[in-house]
Amino acid sequence: MTRTLIRNRLALVALGVLALLLVAAAFSPLLAPDDPAKQDLLARLKPPAWSDGGSLAHPLGTDQLGRDLLSRVIYGSRVSLLVGIGAALLAGVVGAAAGLFAGFRGGWLDRVLMRFADIQLAFPSLLLALAIVGFLGSGLWNVVLVLGFTGWVSYARVVRSEVLSLRTRDYVTQARATGVTDLTIMRRHLLPNVLPPLATIATLHIAAAIVAEASLSYLGLGVPKETVTWGSMLADGQLYLGTSWWVAVFPGLALMFTSLAINITGDALRDVADPKAYRR
Amino acid sequence: MSASLARHIATRLGTAIGVLFAAATLAFLLVRLSGDPVKQLLPPDATAAQEATLRHQLGLDQSTLAQYGDYLWGLLRLDLGDSLVYNEPVSQVIADRIPATLELAAGALVLSLLIAIPAGIYAAMRRGRAGDTGVMTAVLLGQSTPPFWIGILLILLFSVQLKALPASGYGTFAHLVLPAVTLSVYSIAVIARLLRSSLIDVLGSDHIRTAKAKGLGPAKVVLAHGLRNASLPTVTVIGLEFGGLLGGAILTEQVFSWPGIGRLTVEAISHRDFPLVQAAVLFFAAAFVIVNLLVDLSYSLLDPRVRDRA
Repeated sequence: MTRTLIRNRLALVALGVLALLLVAAAFSPLLAPDDPAKQDLLARLKPPAWSDGGSLAHPLGTDQLGRDLLSRVIYGSRVSLLVGIGAALLAGVVGAAAGLFAGFRGGWLDRVLMRFADIQLAFPSLLLALAIVGFLGSGLWNVVLVLGFTGWVSYARVVRSEVLSLRTRDYVTQARATGVTDLTIMRRHLLPNVLPPLATIATLHIAAAIVAEASLSYLGLGVPKETVTWGSMLADGQLYLGTSWWVAVFPGLALMFTSLAINITGDALRDVADPKAYRR
Repeated sequence: MSASLARHIATRLGTAIGVLFAAATLAFLLVRLSGDPVKQLLPPDATAAQEATLRHQLGLDQSTLAQYGDYLWGLLRLDLGDSLVYNEPVSQVIADRIPATLELAAGALVLSLLIAIPAGIYAAMRRGRAGDTGVMTAVLLGQSTPPFWIGILLILLFSVQLKALPASGYGTFAHLVLPAVTLSVYSIAVIARLLRSSLIDVLGSDHIRTAKAKGLGPAKVVLAHGLRNASLPTVTVIGLEFGGLLGGAILTEQVFSWPGIGRLTVEAISHRDFPLVQAAVLFFAAAFVIVNLLVDLSYSLLDPRVRDRA
């Protein structure tokens, strides 16, 4: 497995980008040259250091309130990763539980859960998130909750289909015959077997949740304005595109490379878990 | 039409109605969960009498169950109430915005098909070679990049630097170009990727080998024998991805100040114009359900295997 991952050079680069991102998020106060909220109205819309009029004091320039863009991009990674990982964890737990019960127990529980999943799939997820956050109010945890609960369906479907084939295996039948409870079978025998596909979906879902959070913040309906996020930086920057491209471009690049790196990692994980799909 | 096909269609119709009912209920509940709309609509210094008047006007002085009943009854008559901001029926407000959204969606769809179909075929025929890798890298990039960021980049390049196309507005063909390109990127990536993988599956099957053995050229084999079979799964998944397209339309309309339903929805949510939000949520759900119903039915009519299994 490790060898396949190493052979995939693109995936290695992606993992490097992700490592950088994790470091940036974990050590933002140490790495950021400035306080991301500190305004300096005399240094508004300063260009990046390598342009005319730029200075090393603000390597990526400043925004419309004279705030240091590099510091804001670094701090912005915190919200992105927190929301991405939080939403994936929440959706993973809810989806895996639903998939395990639906697949193992079958019957009416299966039918109800899967019909519920169908209905939820029929909703454009951004619209659902938008409507819920719009009405429940913005806030970091509201965004995590909304993206977590709108993302559980793909986990549940995959876990259910895996469980459907696992539950007829000899070791499961034997465990049942010896009186092991359903919960224990699910926890000890089924869950470990569905973890590899779960990891792939979770990785791809982190990227989707990060983009969704940025979308909500771009629309002004995500986390509160005071929190630094790439999406709200992009919305601010769009107003100054005609004169100061850097305000929008740097958070946009950060968002794009993050999403790309996570998606490449997810694809590589899938290739490792399912070599047949890779060769296709 | 066989009995099994009729049953299949009936099941699908039933699910579609169930989805719409769930959407309607969700829209109703969301508005009620968000706190008292009357308090949010009136200034903080409003008197109790003013509150009571507005509450009565909005029908919010009745029990929740009665409100829900009224709401569903209104839905059946396509009467969703008046917008609090526009002071006209929400169905009218939405109908006014439909042409702009349709224009954007149609532009994006045409562009997607024009680019994605040749790209998918090309990648499948060059599987594992540089051309395939190039297409698949572009696909990955297209799927990972949020539409609002693509839109901003396009504005920067074509409006700010080259001054070739307008950055916002509506009305002429030039206004449509950048929004349609922005919205199409994601669907180009999805369609090209799917078409490639279904074509690769089909190209490995027996009837293709026979066609090749008969001496048909590669273009003829792919176009006459491969594409037709590969298009069925692709069409189905395009229907499922339609939700992503709707989400993309909300963001694209916002980037380019496009006067469509997506932008209207965001405005309605910001202004807490709850009748309008309810109607917009329903509109999007209905659009998604109808597209998928049509895709599903055409698929089961076209493919005998699905028809027989149903």
